[in-house]
Amino acid sequence: MGEEVETDRRWSLLMAAAQDGDRAAYERLLREIVPFIRAVASRQHRARDRVEEVTQEVLLTLHRVRHTYDPARPFRHWLAAIARRRSIDALRRRFRTEAHEVADDSAYETFADPAANRVMEVSAAADGLGEAIAALTPPQREAIELLKLREMSLAEAASVSGKSIAALKVNVHRAIKALRRRLRGEER
Amino acid sequence: MTAATDGLIERLAATAQPVRRLRPPLLRAGLWLAAVAAALAAMVLLFADLDLFARRASDPKLAVELVFTLLTGILAVIAAFELSLPDRAAAWALLPLPTLALWIASSGYSCWRHLLVHGPEGWVIGESAACLRFILAVSVPLAVSLLILLRRAAPLTPVRVAAMGGLGVAAIAAFALQFFHPFDVTFMDLAVHLAAVAMFVAAMAGVARVAQSRSRG
Repeated sequence: MGEEVETDRRWSLLMAAAQDGDRAAYERLLREIVPFIRAVASRQHRARDRVEEVTQEVLLTLHRVRHTYDPARPFRHWLAAIARRRSIDALRRRFRTEAHEVADDSAYETFADPAANRVMEVSAAADGLGEAIAALTPPQREAIELLKLREMSLAEAASVSGKSIAALKVNVHRAIKALRRRLRGEER
Repeated sequence: MTAATDGLIERLAATAQPVRRLRPPLLRAGLWLAAVAAALAAMVLLFADLDLFARRASDPKLAVELVFTLLTGILAVIAAFELSLPDRAAAWALLPLPTLALWIASSGYSCWRHLLVHGPEGWVIGESAACLRFILAVSVPLAVSLLILLRRAAPLTPVRVAAMGGLGVAAIAAFALQFFHPFDVTFMDLAVHLAAVAMFVAAMAGVARVAQSRSRG
């Protein structure tokens, strides 16, 4: 407790000196308070880089509002208020961003077994699949859509499209070959 | 410490200029209120019908209402100056609320009596539009000067500070209006006064919100 009071007094004196233009005092103060800011930030944020980001924002805010500190009042209280505010702001910003984005952790993963990586990459390539289907010839596209995407039987697909079963078989076979070629080509 | 944080500290320290400390918030609020009081006093002496006002103010109910209006204005301005500093408790925002409630209550009581005495003629919108214009016309210059002062503190919660400042300014304008308001307050007037105050508080908060999101880019 006594130590805390002592620290607060030292910080308060350093800040008062910094307000009067003492740059060395200011630098010493900023270095000393970083662990305190980090502790406040880590109450709301777990990721280390996020804590660091908030810490830097708090330092920038402190710099901008340093004329509002009254040396007659406790420094730690003033600093904690700024740190909490910025920390909560960062949290709100994160929620707002996450509402518009999808986190795909597996996108950043890599496995020791190259075959496992290929599985991940193929699933990522599924995004490219739509484009590849769009690039097929119209009869091939129709065959793929009816038989593979809508999972119709050959007889159903034939009655919907008005094509013969044989023609559908040929087209779906060619379409799959074309897709494989295209997607493999993109992988390399 | 990471290299980025370290670099930031070096940059901030290397470029730090001496700063002028803000004076205590109560003193700053007092100076602004004194300046506004002087301006309003000049306006009242030049343009208001003081005899008529004296006759109306002899009614204790109107006098009570006036006191609550003015107190709401003064307390909201003090709260805005306090809240503009990082380390002041959010509870300062509660400071003007009791007098605001009493202002609304006393004003509502006056209109109720007016309705009983005069009947439904109190519902017509006549002078109310002029009152609205008056409140807004007095509020805007006051608000601009107040915002300039509040911005000096670079408040961390600008929306709250601006809303509190807006309440203060609008209440002071509503108080000033009474000197130019040669009749009792009707229901319509009360609604218009409160609408003007609410509009103004919302506008101030809106401006602050836009400014805040701009500054974050």
